[in-house]
Amino acid sequence: MEQLKFDYPSAKRRVAKRAHIGVVGSGDMEVLMEPADTGFAHVSVLTSVNGFGNSWKAVLDRFFSKYDGAVRIEINDAGATPGSVMLRLEQAVEVIES
Amino acid sequence: MSYATVVPEFVLRQSFIELDARARAQSLMDAGSWRELVGPFDRIQSPWLPMQDIAPESDDGCIVLKGAIAGKPAVVIALEGKFQAGSMGEVSGAKMTAALDLAAKDSQNGKATTAVLLLETGGVRLQEANLGLAVIAEVMASMLALREHAPVITVIAGTVGCFGGMAIAAALSSYILMTREARLGLNGPEVIEQESGIEEFDSSDHALIWAINGGEQRVGMGVADELVLDDAPTIAAALRRCLTTGLPQVHRSQQVKLYRDRIAALDTLQQIDPFSLRKSWKKETEEGVTR
Repeated sequence: MEQLKFDYPSAKRRVAKRAHIGVVGSGDMEVLMEPADTGFAHVSVLTSVNGFGNSWKAVLDRFFSKYDGAVRIEINDAGATPGSVMLRLEQAVEVIES
Repeated sequence: MSYATVVPEFVLRQSFIELDARARAQSLMDAGSWRELVGPFDRIQSPWLPMQDIAPESDDGCIVLKGAIAGKPAVVIALEGKFQAGSMGEVSGAKMTAALDLAAKDSQNGKATTAVLLLETGGVRLQEANLGLAVIAEVMASMLALREHAPVITVIAGTVGCFGGMAIAAALSSYILMTREARLGLNGPEVIEQESGIEEFDSSDHALIWAINGGEQRVGMGVADELVLDDAPTIAAALRRCLTTGLPQVHRSQQVKLYRDRIAALDTLQQIDPFSLRKSWKKETEEGVTR
């Protein structure tokens, strides 16, 4: 198991809602997304699959290249593929921005 | 030119099995009546799984919704089969027990509160060993306390099914609803095969397993109450019927003598097949000996 942390200081737009999406089942993950009290975005990933830090960074960099909400994201991962990770993040955004 | 479009009934079904535990629970409650207790953002999760390099889940795979069904107070407790096979750990078990105890307390104070258990579980979470065993004992004690006042209704939809200690807990329910896809049994087929050999039980033989553990057989032999279609509105309707009926006159698990006699009467010199068991036990059910 591996814990990864990322900060995105440019994501500063305040958000008001929170969202919980997904299940920590094989090949899937859950994401908890809520307003960050620090004023910018933080991501904390707990994954059961070791050695994919670069992939996580690439997916999250891409996500935050489009999304600017100051959110605190917690992910519990049971081996979601990068595509599934992006899908879960986008689902959470859909709830928060709705 | 236009053609009449024939849409088969099964295409229009809203599969219950394909919903996650939270969505299952929500689909059974009166719209807008429910709130979640100890939800993901309360962050009450297993402290034991990360120590064993296993990612935890923020709700520990146990979702508790308090609200109403058919206008009557109810609590729905759903196990998430996709997270650690719905296994019972310290936290998920404590959530289930606390929810049952709150329902019992409300019921004692004159607000009869039905509990609905959506069980998708292999039983004890082995990573939490004795704690898992202990919480299942607590769940059973809490079910027994609640069913004095209000029904405890178990729904087993599949595809995990309900096994191990939680199968014993399920047997304490006032009513059990199962789909044809669901299974209910003490030891899972893989466990029996591993312990007693493939000649005893071939866990890859699905026809055999469903003939013994499957919903149709369990309802057929009278150890579960109703076979329901894998369709959320159909299951919700069956549940409302149980709530309207209220407590059964006698709980199945109170009929100790009946089941002892039945087991004693089995001819173990011959291989007992599922169909003949269903015929002989269901016969008694139809005569009103059991419900």
